[in-house]
Amino acid sequence: MESALRKRALLAGALAVTLVGTGAAAETLRWGAQRDIVSLDPYSYGDSYTISFLNHVYEGLVRYNRDLSIEPALAASWEVVSPTVWRFKLREGVTFHNGNAFTAEDVLASLTRVSDPSSPLKGNLPSYKSATVIDDHTIEIELVGAYSLLLNDLTNIHIFDKDWLVENNAEKPTDVSAGVEGYATFNANGTGPFKLESRTPEAQTILVANENWWDKPQHNLTRIEFQPISSAATRVAALLSGEVDFVDSAPVQDIDRLLAAENVKVLERTDLRTVMLGFNRRETLVAGGPNPMNDLRVRQAMQMAVDMDLIHEKVMRGRSRNAGVLVAPPIPGYSADLDTVVPADPEKAKALLAEAGYPDGFEFDFVCTNESYVNEEQFCQAIASMWSRIGLKPRLDIGPTAKQTPKRSNGQADIYTIGWANEPMLDSYSILIQMLHSKGGNAGVFNWGGWSYPEIDRLTDAAAVELDREKRLSMQTEALKIAKDEIVMLPLHQQPMAWAVGAGFKDFPQFPDNKPRLWYVTK
Amino acid sequence: MLAFLIKRAANAIFVMLSVSFIAFMIFRFVGDPVELMLNEQATQSQRDELRSRLGLDQSFIAQFATFVGNAAKGDFGISFRNQQDVMAMIAERFPATFELVLVATFISLVVGIPMGVITAIRRQTWYAETMQFVSIIGISLPSFVVGIGLILVFSVLLGWFPAFGRGETVQIGWWSTGLLTHTGRMSIILPALSLSLFQITLVMRLVRAEMLEVLRSDFIKFARARGIPARAIHFRHALRNCLMPVVTLTAMQIGGLIAFALVTETVFQWPGMGLLFIQAVTFVDVPIMAAYLCIVALIFVVLNAIVDVTYAIIDPRLRGADK
Repeated sequence: MESALRKRALLAGALAVTLVGTGAAAETLRWGAQRDIVSLDPYSYGDSYTISFLNHVYEGLVRYNRDLSIEPALAASWEVVSPTVWRFKLREGVTFHNGNAFTAEDVLASLTRVSDPSSPLKGNLPSYKSATVIDDHTIEIELVGAYSLLLNDLTNIHIFDKDWLVENNAEKPTDVSAGVEGYATFNANGTGPFKLESRTPEAQTILVANENWWDKPQHNLTRIEFQPISSAATRVAALLSGEVDFVDSAPVQDIDRLLAAENVKVLERTDLRTVMLGFNRRETLVAGGPNPMNDLRVRQAMQMAVDMDLIHEKVMRGRSRNAGVLVAPPIPGYSADLDTVVPADPEKAKALLAEAGYPDGFEFDFVCTNESYVNEEQFCQAIASMWSRIGLKPRLDIGPTAKQTPKRSNGQADIYTIGWANEPMLDSYSILIQMLHSKGGNAGVFNWGGWSYPEIDRLTDAAAVELDREKRLSMQTEALKIAKDEIVMLPLHQQPMAWAVGAGFKDFPQFPDNKPRLWYVTK
Repeated sequence: MLAFLIKRAANAIFVMLSVSFIAFMIFRFVGDPVELMLNEQATQSQRDELRSRLGLDQSFIAQFATFVGNAAKGDFGISFRNQQDVMAMIAERFPATFELVLVATFISLVVGIPMGVITAIRRQTWYAETMQFVSIIGISLPSFVVGIGLILVFSVLLGWFPAFGRGETVQIGWWSTGLLTHTGRMSIILPALSLSLFQITLVMRLVRAEMLEVLRSDFIKFARARGIPARAIHFRHALRNCLMPVVTLTAMQIGGLIAFALVTETVFQWPGMGLLFIQAVTFVDVPIMAAYLCIVALIFVVLNAIVDVTYAIIDPRLRGADK
C-alpha cells in the first residue's frame, strides 16, 4: 500500500512538473461524469448534456451568468432594429484557440451551419431566417417573425471559426442519415475559457485553461479531466477513493453515505425540471369507452386524491419540492401566488367523482417509465394506490423510456408522467408552446393528450411576439394560471439533484439547470 | 474434406443470417431512436423528416434487406448517437476488450490449474476443501457483485488499484494497448480478476476431475513403483495428460468471455465493445447494436468452425461427407 501511495505521489509530482511551464499552480479538476458526451461537435445532436460540456470550449453570442440571467458574451451589445431584425455588436479582440480572430463572418458561418436543413440542432433556433454581415464586428439577424426569445436561444448556439470550418471541410453539419463523419466530431476550436487537449471517446476528454480568454477568469483551474463512469456505484467509489473530485449526479440512495465521508462535500438542491402528470383528453379512453377525464371535476378529484406531502416524505426522502404550478421558481413566468399545492382530501375527491357520475370510479392506463425521473417507479406506484383508495382503477404500465415514449406520444396512454425543465431557453414560453398549446404546425409537439384551450393558445402566441419582457411574462403567467385552474397537467414536484465534490474546493456554484459551469470554480 | 468445409461455411452463413434477423426483430421493440435523437424543442415535422431520412418509415423487410446488403460489404452505417462510423468505433474498442479477455484467461489458467491439481492430490485436507467451497461462491456470484466488491476493497478501502478506466494506453498501429504502461497494468487487474472468477472455477473443476481420472491409470502406478518423486509424477506426467480438454475449453470460452465482458466493462467503465453496446441500448443506437451482435456471433461461429475443423483433421470419423 505504501509503495502504491508513493507511486501516486510521484505521478502527481510528475504532473505538477509538466504544468509548471504554464506559470500557475496546477489545479486539476477530475470529473467523474454520468456518461460521455456524444461528440465534440455542438451541432451534432440535440443533447443538452453534450452542449453544456462543450460550452467550456465554445461560446455563444450571449451566455447565462451565475444567477442564470442573460449577459453579453461574444456579442458586446445588441439592439432590436425592427420587430424581425436584431443587430449585434460583436466583442473585439477575441481569438479562437487556433489564433484566428473572431469576426462577424464566423457568426454567419455558424448560423448557416446550425440552420442547415440536415442540422439536428436547427430546432434550437426556430425563428432564424437569415443573417447579414454589416462590418467586421456587426451582424444583423433577420427572423421569420417577431420573436421575443432570440437571446435565450442564442445562449446555446456555439460559434465556430469560419476559416477552420472551411479548411476542414466542415461547413455543413454532420448528417447521420448521409452516413458521413465530420471533422468537428473529433476536433474542437472555440473561444471559450478552456481548450481541448485530447479526447478518447468513452475514456477521457482533457481540457486545459485558455490563457488568452477574452474574459477575466473567475476560476483558477488549469486542467479538467472529464471521465465518464456510467455505473453509479463505481462513480461513488471513485469519488470516495479520491480518483475523481467531482461527480455531477450522485445517486439519491448514496447521498447519506457521501455526507458521512470526510473528504467529500455534497451539493444538493432541486432541479428546474418539474415532474407532472398528463391526461388523455380525447373523446375515448385507450381501452375504449367515453373519457371521464374531460370532466374538470374528475381531474380535480384525481388531484385531491394524491397526497404530495406523503410522496415528498416517503418516496423522495424529503429531498423534492412539491409544485403547485407547472414551472419551477427560477423560470421566468413563475408566480409565487400560483404556487399553492392542493392539499390531499380523499373524501372530497370521492364526492367529486360521484357528482361527476362515477361513484364507482373507472379503469384507465397509467403509463410510467422506470428511469426518466428520480424514483419514478416508486412515486407512480404510490399515486396508483392513492387513486385506488378513492375507487379509481388505474392499470399501471411501467417500462424503459425508449419503450414508453412512443406510447405516450401516440396517445396510447390515459395518464402519463412527463418532466419539463424549459430547456434550453429557460423560460416558461417553452412549456406553453411545446406542451400546453394546441397541437399543430410547430406548436404542441408534447401535447400528448390532445387538449385545446384557445385562451392559452392566444396568450402564448401573443407572448411570442411581445418584445416587452414584463408584458410578455404577465401573459405567460396568465396562461399558466389557466393551466392550473383547468388542471391541464397535474404538477407533482421538482426533483432533487445532487453533485458531490472533493473537500478541496473553495467555490463550486451549483446551478438549478443541472449544468456544471466550471469557469466559476476555484480550488 | 472439401465438401465438409463447404458444409461448415454454409452453416456459418445460415447462423449469421439468423442472428442478424433475430437481432433486427428485437430492435423493433426497443423503442424509437428519433425521440431520443432530437431535443425537446424539435417540431413534429422535424421528427417525421428525420425518421424518413433514416429509413425508419420503411417496412421491416425493406430495412432488413438494406442492412444485410450493407453488412455483407462490411458497412454497418454510422452511429445514430455519435455520428461516427460504426466499424471504426468497434475496431477502436476491440483491443480493450480483447486484452481484458486475454488477461482474464491467463489468470484463470495460472490460478485454476494449480488449484485443480492441489484439490485432486490433497483431497480431504482442509485447504483443498476450502478451495472447493470458495469455488462454488465464484461460480454462483453474479459478476457485477464481484466487481463492486473488488472496487470497494481494493480501491476505496486499500487504495491499491484504480476503480475505473483503462489507465494510459500506447498506440501500436491501430492497436491500443494498456499493457505497456504502469497505470494500464494496474487498471486491468481488477476487471480481469472479476471476469476470470467464473473461469477459474471452471478450469479448476475440470483439472480436478481429469487428474482424479489420470491418477488412477496404470502408467502413474508404474511411475510410482519406479520411485519417481511425487511432484514430478503430478505435475509432469499426470497434468500433461489432463491439459487437452482444458485447452479446448479455454479456446471455446474466449467467445463467451468477449460476449460476457459487457457486465464487467460496465462496472469498471472499461472502454471496450461491451460498454459501447450497453450505451447503444440506452440510446436505441440500432447500427451499433446490430454490428455488435453480428461481430460477436461471427467470433463464435469462427471459433466453433476452427474447433470443428481441427477435430475433423485429428479424427477422420467426423469427416462424414468423405466416405
